[in-house]
Amino acid sequence: MINLKAGAPTVPLAEQWSSYKAGCKLVNPNNKRKLDIIVVGTGLAGASAAATLGQLGYNVKAFCYQDTPRRAHSIAAQGGINAAKNYQNDGDNVFRLFYDTVKGGDYRARESNVYRLASISPEIIDLCVAQGVPFAREYGGLLANRSFGGTQVSRTFYARGQTGQQLLIGAYSALSRQIAEGAVKLYNRRDILDVVLVDGKARGVIARNLVTGEIERHAAHAVVLATGGYGNVFYLSTNAMGSNVTPAWSAYKKGALFANPCFTQIHPTCIPVHGEFQSKLTLMSESLRNDGRIWVPLDKEDVEKLRQKKIQPEDIPESKRDYYLERRYPAFGNLVPRDVASRAAKERCDAGYGVSSTGLAVYLDFSDAINRLGREAIAARYGNLFQMYEQIVADNPYKTPMMIYPAVHYTMGGLWVDYELMTTVPGLYAIGECNFSDHGANRLGASALMQGLADGYFVLPYTISGYLSGEIHTPPISTSLPEFEAAVKSVSERLAGLKNSSGKESVDHFHRKLGKIMWEYCGMSRNEAGLQKALSLIEELKAEFAADVRIPGGLKEYNPELEKAWRVQDFIELGELMVRDALQRKESCGGHFREEYQTPDGEALRNDDEFAFVGAWEYKGVGSAPALTKEELQFEAVIPSQRSYK
Amino acid sequence: MALAGLFLVVFLLVHLGINLLLLADDGGQSFSAAAAFMGTNPVIRLFEVVLFGGFLLHMAFGVLVTIRNRVSRPVRYQHKSQSETSPLSKYMIHSGIIVFIFLVLHFIDFYFVKIGLVAPPAGIDRHDFYHRSLLLFSDKGYASIYMIGFLFLGFHLNHAVQAAFQTIGMNHNKYIGTIKVVSILYAIIVAGGFMVIPVRFMLFR
Amino acid sequence: MIFTLKIWRQKDAADKGGLVTYNVDDISPDSSFFEMLDQLNQHLIAQGVDPVSFDHDCREGICGTCSLYINGRPHGPLKGTTTCQLHMRSFRNGETIFVEPWRCGAFPVIKDLIVDRSAFDRIIQAGGYVSVNSGGIPDANTIPVPKSDSDASFDAAACIGCGACVASCPNASAMLFVSAKVSHLALLPQGRIEAARRVQNMVATMDSLGFGNCSNAYACEAECPKEISVTNIARMNREFLAAKLFAEKEKQISVSL
Repeated sequence: MINLKAGAPTVPLAEQWSSYKAGCKLVNPNNKRKLDIIVVGTGLAGASAAATLGQLGYNVKAFCYQDTPRRAHSIAAQGGINAAKNYQNDGDNVFRLFYDTVKGGDYRARESNVYRLASISPEIIDLCVAQGVPFAREYGGLLANRSFGGTQVSRTFYARGQTGQQLLIGAYSALSRQIAEGAVKLYNRRDILDVVLVDGKARGVIARNLVTGEIERHAAHAVVLATGGYGNVFYLSTNAMGSNVTPAWSAYKKGALFANPCFTQIHPTCIPVHGEFQSKLTLMSESLRNDGRIWVPLDKEDVEKLRQKKIQPEDIPESKRDYYLERRYPAFGNLVPRDVASRAAKERCDAGYGVSSTGLAVYLDFSDAINRLGREAIAARYGNLFQMYEQIVADNPYKTPMMIYPAVHYTMGGLWVDYELMTTVPGLYAIGECNFSDHGANRLGASALMQGLADGYFVLPYTISGYLSGEIHTPPISTSLPEFEAAVKSVSERLAGLKNSSGKESVDHFHRKLGKIMWEYCGMSRNEAGLQKALSLIEELKAEFAADVRIPGGLKEYNPELEKAWRVQDFIELGELMVRDALQRKESCGGHFREEYQTPDGEALRNDDEFAFVGAWEYKGVGSAPALTKEELQFEAVIPSQRSYK
Repeated sequence: MALAGLFLVVFLLVHLGINLLLLADDGGQSFSAAAAFMGTNPVIRLFEVVLFGGFLLHMAFGVLVTIRNRVSRPVRYQHKSQSETSPLSKYMIHSGIIVFIFLVLHFIDFYFVKIGLVAPPAGIDRHDFYHRSLLLFSDKGYASIYMIGFLFLGFHLNHAVQAAFQTIGMNHNKYIGTIKVVSILYAIIVAGGFMVIPVRFMLFR
Repeated sequence: MIFTLKIWRQKDAADKGGLVTYNVDDISPDSSFFEMLDQLNQHLIAQGVDPVSFDHDCREGICGTCSLYINGRPHGPLKGTTTCQLHMRSFRNGETIFVEPWRCGAFPVIKDLIVDRSAFDRIIQAGGYVSVNSGGIPDANTIPVPKSDSDASFDAAACIGCGACVASCPNASAMLFVSAKVSHLALLPQGRIEAARRVQNMVATMDSLGFGNCSNAYACEAECPKEISVTNIARMNREFLAAKLFAEKEKQISVSL
């Protein structure tokens, strides 16, 4: 069994990062230009890392599946980015941000990484502003902040509802500058299908050129994965259509451990599913819950009439409405954390009170707020969100309550990394949502952007030099090594196998099926029996896919169905690992709710004695069960306590 | 193109001002005086060269840009564009060519006569623009051709003036409304002003 | 709902391509345009026909990947909307819908409805950034920015780089895209430092890539899914003229160490 050691310096938490930086080995400029680094993914983490590594003088190759780096899905983040600047003089500091993040993660994150993240956060804002990110400002010309996700301070920086977009454009322009200077070479429209190891070290990748279908070999002294999350395992999620787990999954199969795969975040305020052919769920900012009240009818008769559109929600009198969050959580009401709000909505819908034609929606009602504050005030706060809702649903939320339902939004799990963000494969790094490290079992709002940029701009550039300082005598890696030959062979064979499948169902058919299994049995709440059932269903699905998939088009051409097929195959395998992880974790924490482990009044019941660990899975080959390795979590600065929102 | 165009815009105002003297009820005295001044003053003569330069530059740029713009979309759409555009902006080259044809005609009628390339009609001195105009516009067909020329000049100018301001960077939400109004007014005044003359000569001789 | 679709099919860059007619039925008015195409593709796959390729990714109107020219308008009939946010209820039942790729020499067709927009990346690489390194940056609040400038900068920075401006322009000009980036940075003190250099380099690159010129038709503004204003083009022209007329010439200084 692998011994997992984070390897943070053994000094007090607050001194770890400066101590690390003081002691880490550097590479001199002459040697940097002899070293090649591959960065996969160009979202906030990937673009910022590639730009910074290029600026430092390394030879960088950046890969993305999109047509340009600027489209990576970081772009869709709406709310904001946290930083412990304390510009509002409201008592914020590094420790508090660290504390909130560890607590919000339900005590399943690694303290040392989180503390570093919090301490770096102010620098991120400085850099982004210098790059020209147009953050919201006060009339005095200084930066504005807002509060977010139930914290007690205002530490969130934002650019209207498009913070992710603006930060990504900042990182993309920094990357573009390095591309222009020749420091970074960009490979767009490429899928990374395998990671190549030579003598146990990550030395390159196998890419498929999505336009020509060509299989390419790329070699380097180190490989950085910044490939985002795996929410698309649920088919319907707020992720982009192309978001996939494939590069991380191939790393897992080459020996990198995959940690906490069952930790997925379900966002409570998404636009509900309308029908079978729906391809995507759209998230609406959590801020809506500041003024909206969530309810379903008290009587099932009313539910029936609503579903048949015989009555409108506004026809239901106050006395016949069940404001279930206010009822169950009088102290926090509609502002309970994401996981709690999501589960409560599912509970009502499962009990038969869901209001849309699909029965999977609850109301988010602004009529009280409009009566109290006036339509203008509500329009000023949420105008763009209301407009977006109306565009998608064709209902006017000023008049009739919005319908919302939870949707998969973010995955806290990912490749296991140490303090240096290196996976268990030497020379293979994972940054951003792709790794598991900072958010524990639940991510706080406005923390994902912070982590992606911290990793890319400020952490990886230091930690990778420690590794590369040992590689300065390694000549450029040849792509004709037998390891590359073998990888190309296995990739080509798998592609040919997919191409030759002679079934009759489209890839989407299987993806939808997988999504339903995962959502039903490994979604917002899970139980032993359901998870066991999911395991066998996934096994069946695997066999069905192999026997019955149909992929038109050829290998050597632009073939989106082929791309999807490869990704879905990986998702099916990942789904199985998620279920295993959920089975193993016999407790409820953050986004992972096991029905067997709840308090008498239905709240998550954590088990710190037995489960205060990171569950990292090791691939053991086709047909063998993966092995679980535990990294015990030590809490020195924050003492775990039961979360309560009553 | 925009700068040359704006220069021509100024010229048109001067030209219109002098032409409107034709309307004066003095048997063409003031008009002829102005015309003589324009024809003899050395500074004005110098500007004439600049003016020709401006015209040539404007036309050359117009044609070049149009060709380049066509080339930049080698495969055209199958469905006709339904996008909203600034009125008449897509037809600048067309209105421009019509104005150019008119200009050639106009040169044959006046400028070439003046410099002796074309023989003046019997009984009219080649410098006597006043009687030349009277004679020309007595022909209703001919007057109509001129009016059509002016109409297209108006179309051209309607877009041209505001576009020229945009091109030299003068578009700001504080004054863009004013520029648009001025542009339309200018087009109406110039086209309308030139038209008044043939109309007057046709109807009230 | 039922629709007749006339879709541009083109096997690859070398193929000549042409419109092919398809009929779809059983489309929910709540389907997005892409979900309608997904449905068509499911039928085509079942028949063993190569499905229609089109660019799409986030499907929530922000990534800028989608690029369809629908019935003579980029992103279809709705104002301020990307194709992925266009729903079938915006069409009449039984309507014939033409679907074509963006048309511009600088955006060659890759397959069917997919075009190569890397020309936009090259324009950004020519100067669409502030040349700062990650490290040694002063505190963010040491650079105050008037709120109105910051807001105007944001309005320009909202560009998603989809290319609808080029697609709609009668001249296939990229001026709105380029000017949005020039404006975004020119309006901020951080961006002013190299504003003259930026605008000259970006415009030169734009011209070299074969985009057309601006003839102030303003179709770009009418079709931009983020409703970016043509005042940005005027600002770019202003910046360009000022840079050409007044900016200091750059000297090559060699430093020996």
